[in-house]
Amino acid sequence: MSIVAALSKVTKRYPGTVALDAVSLEFRAGEVHVLLGENGAGKSTLVSLLAGMQQPDEGAILVGGQTVRIDSPRRSMDLGIGAVFQRVLLVPSLTVIENLMLGGSWLRRLAREPALRRFGELAQLLGTHIDPDAPVSGLSLGEQQQVEIMRALWRDEKLLLLDEPTSMLTSHGVADLGRSMRRLRDQGVALILITHKLLEAFEFGDRISVLRLGCVAGEIAPQRLQAMSEAQRTETIIRMMFGIGVGGEGGPADGHEAELAILLGHKIHGPAIIDRARPPVLSVREASTAADYTETPLHEVSFDLWPGEVLGIAGVDGNGQKHLAEMLAGQRGVRSGLLRLGDADITHGHVPERRQRGVRYVTDDRLGEGTVGKFPVATNLVLKEVGASPWWRHGFTNWDLIHRHAREQIKSNDIRTPSELTPVNHLSGGNVQKVLLARELDAHAAVAILNKPTYGLDLHNQRLALDRIGAAAARGVALIVISTDLDELIEISDRIGVMFQGRLAGIVDNDDRAADIIRRLMTGAATV
Amino acid sequence: MTDGSTFAGFQATLLRVLVPVALALIVGGLILLVLGKDPVGYYGYVLERSLLRWGGAQETLTRMAPLLLIAAGLIVAFRAGIWNLGGDGQFLLAAVASAALAPVFIGILPRGLTLVACMLVGSLVGALWSVIPAVLKARYGVNEIITTLMMSFLGTSLANVLIKLVLRDPDTTVPQTRSLPVDDRLPRLFGTTIHGGLVLAVLTVIVVHLMMTRTAFGLKLQVLGANRAAAVHAGFRVERLILAAFALSAALIGLAGAVEVLGVWGTVRADWNPALGLLVVPLVFLARFNGFAVIGFTLFFSALMVGGESAARRVGVPQHYVLVLVALLLLFLGIVEYLDQSRRKSGTP
Repeated sequence: MSIVAALSKVTKRYPGTVALDAVSLEFRAGEVHVLLGENGAGKSTLVSLLAGMQQPDEGAILVGGQTVRIDSPRRSMDLGIGAVFQRVLLVPSLTVIENLMLGGSWLRRLAREPALRRFGELAQLLGTHIDPDAPVSGLSLGEQQQVEIMRALWRDEKLLLLDEPTSMLTSHGVADLGRSMRRLRDQGVALILITHKLLEAFEFGDRISVLRLGCVAGEIAPQRLQAMSEAQRTETIIRMMFGIGVGGEGGPADGHEAELAILLGHKIHGPAIIDRARPPVLSVREASTAADYTETPLHEVSFDLWPGEVLGIAGVDGNGQKHLAEMLAGQRGVRSGLLRLGDADITHGHVPERRQRGVRYVTDDRLGEGTVGKFPVATNLVLKEVGASPWWRHGFTNWDLIHRHAREQIKSNDIRTPSELTPVNHLSGGNVQKVLLARELDAHAAVAILNKPTYGLDLHNQRLALDRIGAAAARGVALIVISTDLDELIEISDRIGVMFQGRLAGIVDNDDRAADIIRRLMTGAATV
Repeated sequence: MTDGSTFAGFQATLLRVLVPVALALIVGGLILLVLGKDPVGYYGYVLERSLLRWGGAQETLTRMAPLLLIAAGLIVAFRAGIWNLGGDGQFLLAAVASAALAPVFIGILPRGLTLVACMLVGSLVGALWSVIPAVLKARYGVNEIITTLMMSFLGTSLANVLIKLVLRDPDTTVPQTRSLPVDDRLPRLFGTTIHGGLVLAVLTVIVVHLMMTRTAFGLKLQVLGANRAAAVHAGFRVERLILAAFALSAALIGLAGAVEVLGVWGTVRADWNPALGLLVVPLVFLARFNGFAVIGFTLFFSALMVGGESAARRVGVPQHYVLVLVALLLLFLGIVEYLDQSRRKSGTP
């Protein structure tokens, strides 16, 4: 198979760290090459080198056998490299088709007809049904990512970089994406897929390379990959990712083995003892929200939630999950229906009142609404308490106390930040989420809603977030976890509800048959 | 967020200000050279007239009072992410209202009460003139830059109409409001020509600064300005915050109008419009919305204005050259900021 692009002993340094250390990799036509690795392993740097956003300090990048200098994203595109990044990079006020036409040359008129034709081809290839004239701001994050993929494929790119493209997609969407990736591969495109999910790596990858601390920790060629069982693959890769040697008997390897066990996944929230004879902590009765220009409203949603219970909410992205979360948090008004928290009617309470009663909400839009990016970590840790004692007294801020509180939280939650005064947008995604979890899963939490709590996090931080959810449940906090990752929900939930078109299509007990029923509920094929 | 700055941080900040000031003066000097004027002579003359001579220094300090109050009003709005550019209308209407009421009140109230009442009325009128843009912004998300500018045009015109048709002093030939006698105006400080409004203005700027950095209300406004979605998410009453920020901002600008009338003029003439509202905008940006820094920049600007006016007559450099200097200062401040940021960015991955 011909090599489309290659890195030859590429080194990239940042002050204080070596992001990539003499990395050599080859990307072949007609192959899906999966890159795995923790955050900080160098994956993002590798992507930014190929996408022309940075240049290597040493070594060479070869495209089509020639050493090239990719000094701008435009150059990267000209070389036939398309990229889809973790963050959506679309102009929200423009329509889908306008966004896709943005890459054209300066002086040419925007040609709508050919653009629509190309859009049609790609939509068919990807299996999406997006209105080309819809404004991007009106699309769900999942749909926006689909548009991103279209843009990366727009000029018939020969090398496609996908930086965690599946993190926002539903299992259905992931399967679709997998199909289109295979189709692209069969057309001779070289694909680089970056993901944290091992199962996806196995499902879609022909070849797997693992990066660790800027080095290639190992590569599994297609023949070998096919010969291995899934358990073998998992263990091999986890060992590569975390630099855990093959464990000997006893001795110092034990700690590593224990960590390995955690990373390989364990049932965090065991069979819970939930006393459903007692009154529920939260009751929602036929709650609806007002229709919104962009999002699916809720329609007569009812459920009960008991202390210590984890209720998973599955569903295809954009089926009312956001409204559910915002309505429960008090951020969005209830049009009709009833909400009770314990004995209190909180139907018309706003965020501060509900927060005071112990309602917490971890949003999925962590930097968009969950935090103020340019404000320090310390301020963000008390963002939802502004004006409340003890940090404010008669409206006056006690910065010393806030900073001390922040230092404690940073320590106890292992938030990696230079100081409590560091702007929160300087932190990595995993650490931003730790800030939010520290703020929302505090000692006074009674009911917590978590929207996509592991989205965009690396494996290690995903485990940490899930651990924290499990710990909160064990403390007696009632949790609602919204996720598009069904495996994750099955792992942590006691019951799982499924959202479909703004309705709660059903709630099923999390047993062996759950996954099957949920998948059918998600597509509207069945009701309970 | 401006808390917990160390001495080294303070030094760096000072350097980031002084370097652009020096550059602006140098480039401004080069422009003067091209125009065939003597830059050293001009700067020396401006400095002498505005700060070194006692009379000029008093004039410089007196001019600072309305500038500082407007700056205080703009800091509140800008930090909350609200672009209140309608300062001129708010200022003039408040000036006219207090000028109209002062001669009436002085007949029935003691002097102190008259002054306080007129300042309150001025603030109130300023705030009222911001209600329409505020409601439009809070309820319907209408861009306040456009609405405040439009209200400003209406406000300045309405002020003129009021003077010429309603409040006109019949004893004067030029249309103007009835004058408040010099002895009844804001008290002078220690036998100078500087009126007490300066003290009020400095205190106001400091109080506003402390309010923005050390109170819950200030933090809420800053969150609103930095990320409205986060303000909604945290459960702030965003509409009320917008209304409050608008009202406070316009009230402070209105207070500036009242102070200028009660302290300096005692009356408002038709077609008088110092247009300070927009002049102060670059100063507030230069100070990065910091109340203490704004005092320094206001002094600098006020001195330039006073000295520049004298220089216009003596050295033949147009008065508006002062604005060229302010523009250069903004430009260099922006460049220094940019260089500083890109230097810091390259320092971290």
